Amino acid sequence: MSVTRETVAKIASLARIRMGEPELDRMVPELNGILEWVEQLGEVDCSGVEPMTAVIPQKLRLRDDVVDADPLTGGGVREEVLANAPAPEHGFFGVPKVIE
Amino acid sequence: MTEITELGVAAIRDGVVSGAFSAREVAEAFNANVAAASQLNAFIVTTPEKALEAADKVDADRAAGKPLGKMAGVPIGMKDLFASKGVQTTAASHILEGFKPEYESTVSQKLWDAGAGMLGKLNLDQFAMGSSNETSYFGNVISPWRRNDGGNAALAPGGSSGGSSAAVAARLCPAATGTDTGGSIRQPAAFTGISGIKPTYGRCSRWGIVAFASSLDQAGPMARDVTDCAIMLESMAGFDPKDSTSLDMPVPEWSKALDANLKGKKVGIPREYRMDGTDEEILKSWDDGIAWLKDAGAEVVDVSLPHTKYALPTYYIVAPAEASSNLARYDGVRYGLRELPDGANLQDMYAATRAAGFGDEVKRRILIGTYVLSAGFYDAYYTQAQKVRTLIARDFEKAWAQCDVILAPTTPTAAFPLGDKVDDPLAMYLNDVFSVPASLAGLPAMSVPAAINADGLPLGLQIIGKAFDEQGVLNAGLAIEQRARFSAKPEKWW
Repeated sequence: MSVTRETVAKIASLARIRMGEPELDRMVPELNGILEWVEQLGEVDCSGVEPMTAVIPQKLRLRDDVVDADPLTGGGVREEVLANAPAPEHGFFGVPKVIE
Repeated sequence: MTEITELGVAAIRDGVVSGAFSAREVAEAFNANVAAASQLNAFIVTTPEKALEAADKVDADRAAGKPLGKMAGVPIGMKDLFASKGVQTTAASHILEGFKPEYESTVSQKLWDAGAGMLGKLNLDQFAMGSSNETSYFGNVISPWRRNDGGNAALAPGGSSGGSSAAVAARLCPAATGTDTGGSIRQPAAFTGISGIKPTYGRCSRWGIVAFASSLDQAGPMARDVTDCAIMLESMAGFDPKDSTSLDMPVPEWSKALDANLKGKKVGIPREYRMDGTDEEILKSWDDGIAWLKDAGAEVVDVSLPHTKYALPTYYIVAPAEASSNLARYDGVRYGLRELPDGANLQDMYAATRAAGFGDEVKRRILIGTYVLSAGFYDAYYTQAQKVRTLIARDFEKAWAQCDVILAPTTPTAAFPLGDKVDDPLAMYLNDVFSVPASLAGLPAMSVPAAINADGLPLGLQIIGKAFDEQGVLNAGLAIEQRARFSAKPEKWW
């Protein structure tokens, strides 16, 4: 199955990556080359095989149900959370206007 | 006395503990080598003051009679994929340029707690996506190795941990951290004549490591020999409640239990790894490796891993799928780059930021990942790949009924010149043909230097072990190391 230029443009838009015409032109054959190559997986008989969900079987843990069980990843660290934000405003992340 | 920068982890630690030299002397010697090697471009930022600070603490602790850690006085390079508190952490990308984490990754913190110090943040392929260190926003890393033809062709140090491999091989640091998603510790180690081990998935915490493909990413040490790798891995591994896939198991003292006597052990030779296009000299070094392990007392048996040829295409669905999801976090809102063209709305800002912030290979993989996860294609690509992944892991399970470890080449060729494969993504991907299967199965695997080829370049051998059996892998690695007697090092030209 090969992808068209329109498909690549749609995928780029889903992935939120702006792409100009020359870049799309370059991507189409590259992606088709890779997709054509991975499609050999179709020849593997996988009937009755479960898709892998965990490479090493493990039981998922639950953390203690208390506030700030791990202070490092808990709350009360607004300054640290905002320290690398490109446009912090009034203690929040600033973004372009989203409501008209 | 041997120059300090020729010493490895164990020798430096023991020398500092015994008082043969101070940790400060060690840090100063390596800081000087780092400063003199800017041509290699192995570091994105250097932190000589951090190395000295850690060294002074070790010297003070020693003077005060306090117990010293396993990595006491050992300055190391930190792959710039590990979050370093207050130090720029970029994953070699423009989108994270200037990002200074407010926290330290679990693995790096454990190393500092064990007495190691940081020489700097090492260059890598952007978001660890690449096999030659040519996708870094901060420029290529140049391998310290050159062919013996008198030419000065710049060679790839391997990838993605290319800064790590170049720095260890060039004696800029006795050891460095690496991460391995599909071969990113083992392939660069093989290309530069050093050792590196990727432990069982879950041994080292992923917390604070910039995520690429979370079901595959594992940290591990890169150093000049097997013992140094074992010591450093002990300091890096261990349960971490902040990583949901962290193994809740004790960390063995691998370095103390190292034993190169393989009597009673069985070594599997996977017949599917004898592939067309594999370099003759690689095949020869593989045969040498078989003879060495026999000499160490092991019995050699043929094994079959029938789905080997499907490992790479499986990887190039699973890894980009996970990457496309993981890298969705780079949105220009919370940290990192923001591109806000005039009059742009929020969606335009996301798209412009990600267009400017990601390199070509990263974009390629995000698009592939987005495509294979998109409605209508998910089952045909992603679900099918995860089923094949089950079969690949099952191949290994069956092989373990016949053998304890598997011996194979690490790479199909020696290091290639920079620029050689950069225009052909598929040719680049094929570099990881021998390393990807163990990654997909979550198994511990290591590369040790085995030989120098006719061009004067190092070749590595790979040992793959059962889950949790790092000891078996390290022991077989040691048996090879003792017989290969690899002592070549790159001649200094930088």
